[in-house]
Amino acid sequence: MSAAPGFELGHHLPALQVVVPLIGAVICAMLRNGTLAWGWALIVSVLTAAISTMLFVAVQAGGTISYGLGGWAPPYGIEYRVDLLSAFILLIVSWAGAIIMVYARQSVMHEIDAGKRAWYYCMYLLCLTGLLGIAITGDAFNAFVFMEVSSLSMYTLIAMGKNRRALLSSYQYLIMGTIGATFYVIGVGILFTLTGSLNFVDIAERLVTMQMERPAIAAITFLTVGISLKLALFPLHSWLPNAYAYAPSVTTSFLAGTATKVAIYLLMRIFFSTFGEAKVFEILPTTTILVLLSVSAMIGASLVAVFQDDVKRVLAYSSVAQVGYITLGIALANDLGLTSALVHIFNHALMKTALFLAVGAVFLRIGSVRLHDLDGIGPKMPVTMAAFALAGFALIGTPGTAGFVSKYYLAAAVIDKGWWGLVFVIAASSLIAVFYVGRLLEAIWFRAPGALAQKASDPPLSMLLPIVGLSLAVIWFGVDTRLTVDVAHNIATMLLGGVK
Amino acid sequence: MIAGMEGLLTHYTYIVTIFLMVSGLFVVIARGNMVKKLVGLGCFQTSVYLLYIGPAKILGGTAPILAPEYSVYSNPLPHVLILTAIVVGVATLALGLALTVRINEAYGTIEEDEIFARDMVEHANSEESAS
Amino acid sequence: MSPEQLLSYIPLIPAAGALVIPFFASRPNARETVTLATAGLLFLAILSLLSQFMAGARPEVTLWQVTPILSISFRLEPLGMLFACVASTLWIVNSVYSIGYMRGHDEPRQTPFYVCFAVALAATMALAFAANLFTMFIFYELLTLSTFPLVSHSRTPEAMRGARVYLIMLVGSSLLLFFPAILLTYGLAGTLEFTQGGILAGKTEGAVMGILLGLYAFGIGKAGLMPGHFWLPAAMVAPTPVSALLHAVAVVKAGVFCILKVVVYVFGIDTLHQSGQGEWLIYAASFTIIAASLVAMMQDNLKKRLAYSTVSQLSYIILAAALATSASILGGGLQIAMHAAGKITLFFCAGAIYVMAHKTEISDMTGLGRKMPWTFAAFLVGALSIIGLPPLGGAWAKWWIAMGAIDSGHAMILGVLIVSSLLNVVYLLPIPFKAFFLPAPRLQSVGAAGVELPDGLERKYWMVVVPPCLTAALCVVLFFQVDRILALLAPIVSQ
Repeated sequence: MSAAPGFELGHHLPALQVVVPLIGAVICAMLRNGTLAWGWALIVSVLTAAISTMLFVAVQAGGTISYGLGGWAPPYGIEYRVDLLSAFILLIVSWAGAIIMVYARQSVMHEIDAGKRAWYYCMYLLCLTGLLGIAITGDAFNAFVFMEVSSLSMYTLIAMGKNRRALLSSYQYLIMGTIGATFYVIGVGILFTLTGSLNFVDIAERLVTMQMERPAIAAITFLTVGISLKLALFPLHSWLPNAYAYAPSVTTSFLAGTATKVAIYLLMRIFFSTFGEAKVFEILPTTTILVLLSVSAMIGASLVAVFQDDVKRVLAYSSVAQVGYITLGIALANDLGLTSALVHIFNHALMKTALFLAVGAVFLRIGSVRLHDLDGIGPKMPVTMAAFALAGFALIGTPGTAGFVSKYYLAAAVIDKGWWGLVFVIAASSLIAVFYVGRLLEAIWFRAPGALAQKASDPPLSMLLPIVGLSLAVIWFGVDTRLTVDVAHNIATMLLGGVK
Repeated sequence: MIAGMEGLLTHYTYIVTIFLMVSGLFVVIARGNMVKKLVGLGCFQTSVYLLYIGPAKILGGTAPILAPEYSVYSNPLPHVLILTAIVVGVATLALGLALTVRINEAYGTIEEDEIFARDMVEHANSEESAS
Repeated sequence: MSPEQLLSYIPLIPAAGALVIPFFASRPNARETVTLATAGLLFLAILSLLSQFMAGARPEVTLWQVTPILSISFRLEPLGMLFACVASTLWIVNSVYSIGYMRGHDEPRQTPFYVCFAVALAATMALAFAANLFTMFIFYELLTLSTFPLVSHSRTPEAMRGARVYLIMLVGSSLLLFFPAILLTYGLAGTLEFTQGGILAGKTEGAVMGILLGLYAFGIGKAGLMPGHFWLPAAMVAPTPVSALLHAVAVVKAGVFCILKVVVYVFGIDTLHQSGQGEWLIYAASFTIIAASLVAMMQDNLKKRLAYSTVSQLSYIILAAALATSASILGGGLQIAMHAAGKITLFFCAGAIYVMAHKTEISDMTGLGRKMPWTFAAFLVGALSIIGLPPLGGAWAKWWIAMGAIDSGHAMILGVLIVSSLLNVVYLLPIPFKAFFLPAPRLQSVGAAGVELPDGLERKYWMVVVPPCLTAALCVVLFFQVDRILALLAPIVSQ
């Protein structure tokens, strides 16, 4: 131990952010005992969350942190680069990971066989590692490796679902995810041949002098399509509903809160700090394409959500729609649009995690998440379902909840551009959300309890706390927008000013 | 015509790469057999290795060893990257095959359409027993 | 307390009541005491605010600055003051009545009922004080959401269907029309604050203004402008106290109140009048007045008939707003108060008849008047007020609206008003007359209606009979005290 370990450790925070869960995963695999593994995974994920918080504070105070991994200076070595955007995403992902981990014990005990629990936590931590790695690395190829680390572990997490269809969903996700990742790596390869570099910042500097000729266009196309598969941009979302529906509850919550968000981060990284907004949006018809797809997602996927009989599927299609809101914000490529996209990344992670956790609690109690099995379950598990209702209202965008804040900024961004038609699209999409959320709430609160719902009750405290905590946060961040909006605004300014 | 031929000859690594890429992707999409899909996926991934290695290899070049007798080097970085990518590809294939085995155990088949059919039957049965 | 404090605390009074009520779920008497105490406290607070308002206080508070542009703020102005007075007064009466009705009828889920009622009142108060469109929109939606459990109270499939229509139409219209209208207003005017003289004055003209007015008129679905009125009859599945709340106290009044407020403080009376863009709305409102009356005539279900009557009467206020003259705006304001008193009387009576005799169809009520004289007397008074006969409050409202019509050169509107009053006579008056003067039919219909009614019903169920008598008396009082209301409203039209 050196004389000043605190200083040393503080300097190495970016590496620790990834290394801690990675080592944690390996140790987790050796523990074998489910409860022990859970305790260890909880410690690791809380530690990870603490590191991300420290990083976030450090970045806010002192600006971007650049860390040469293994002492190799960028752009030759792999650079871990924590700017405000990275820190923001790290914060979301690691806290989601920690909060869901608190919840995980009871749910995993119920849904995963005893012998596999330690492995489950191991995969969970590996997945966390991968997601954090994508957000922290400044190296395009390293991002691919982390993408695969997170995806492979995520496929495993999904395949552990009790229903045999979980296997099928996992397989389908594997195929789609691998195609997406491979598209991404093709894009990186073309970029590398074009610029000779893999470092995002370095690529950006070298691209400045280049025209958007065919290789660059090919590169960005491959990158965009590849990432779009990962973030479930309509119509590349086909893997998502099944994966969400049949995965174990903990997996679904984690997947919904983090995986698509990190993919969106990567898209922003490529669009705004590698190619630059001017190249992506002015020379190419990106705006048109992205707006059209986002609108289709917001309307189409929401409509599909209305007609689902499985609560998890309703929420899954709603996720596809909500991703549409985020990509619409990105497509607008103005200050307000990016702010709304970033705020919505945060808010959506918050409310979808809360919703899926509540659904997980239902599954724990009654072993089903089919809508008609939930009839009248509200009075039986009042706390969980009240939290569910709060988060549901946020999903609609009710004022006073977090969902409203992001929708408001999106509407403001749209108006800023002068695209009035889109205001109606946002309103219409919210209206459809009223339908699908209303359908759930009506069944839950306003029907006579069915046979299954009769025996339901609120879940144990360790599950209840994360649910209630998150749904209160949904309200909190609907009222106090300092953290979300101010940070998002700073990030938006940074992204738009990043590449000339 | 000549120019076209010339482009073909100078870019033949790309042509091979793209052929592999597209045929791999085609197999993934067109085949219902899960193992065949994985074969296609492997083909698709392998084509990317070529995409990286192709431009990096210089005829007559060697590994970048600083010695007076060598002056032409191949770029080592893509080779290293692809080493990683191969590992990733193997892991993906392994996981995919493992899943296929589990699916075979659970469904008794690895043909996609049959699996869907069996799920439909199961779904219909559960609906009946529910009502 | 300073008026600022009062203004910010008043919406919290019913909200606090809503929080306390569940603690007394197992003790109905204590629970109802909480409701009544809350209603009484609210009334006193409003009275205190009213006295300060008449002394010239115009308090303003910003509760929460959401973003630099959006804020939740309250500001006291005449229309809001009037609306708050009406709602808080009638809430007391309605609470007494609810207790009588819910107990007399052995309704389940009474605790959530009173909670939602209190929340709805909190939203109504906040809506009345809204200082900008954003605040208004938020509490408008909250009002819709908090009344949904009330409408669906009985939880029967039919009630759920009605409640769904209610929710979808109101939320749908507000999201698809009202919300874009607010954004458009912001785009044109650069602010959302309600300002005397209108924030759109000089900012826009021509068709844009007409379109914007349309977005507001149909977007504020609670106002029930045809063809956006379907939710009102659908919501009749609710228990009668809720119908009374919907029709007289909070919901529909909130709708027309919002429209009046938008016309006065967003468009500006003069701006709208000079632009002539309100013209189409005059005709749309006139159409609704007549058409809804005609539909009402064909309803045999008493509550449905009253519902269509409400649709018709609400359009008087929309008409007043569309005419956009000083006199008509005053008339619109008066109509909010007068119609509230009259219509709540009618609904109370409908509920009282249901509780005492279990009758819902008008044709079954023949001859009932002798068994329940007070109820039908109150009904008669309420009906006369709705029709607009002196010495009842409704007369003044129609008078001022007629004055407004003449001022703005729409003499044909007088014809509409007259025809409408005649139609009112036709569909309202036969009910008490048949009850009093025709003998009860010998051959009675099957079911509960067939039972011969005992005497002394009104004494047994006094809790549902006294409230309509009180509100009927209020109709008379309002006629003689109209100058006070006019004094209250006068600042809107005096520049």
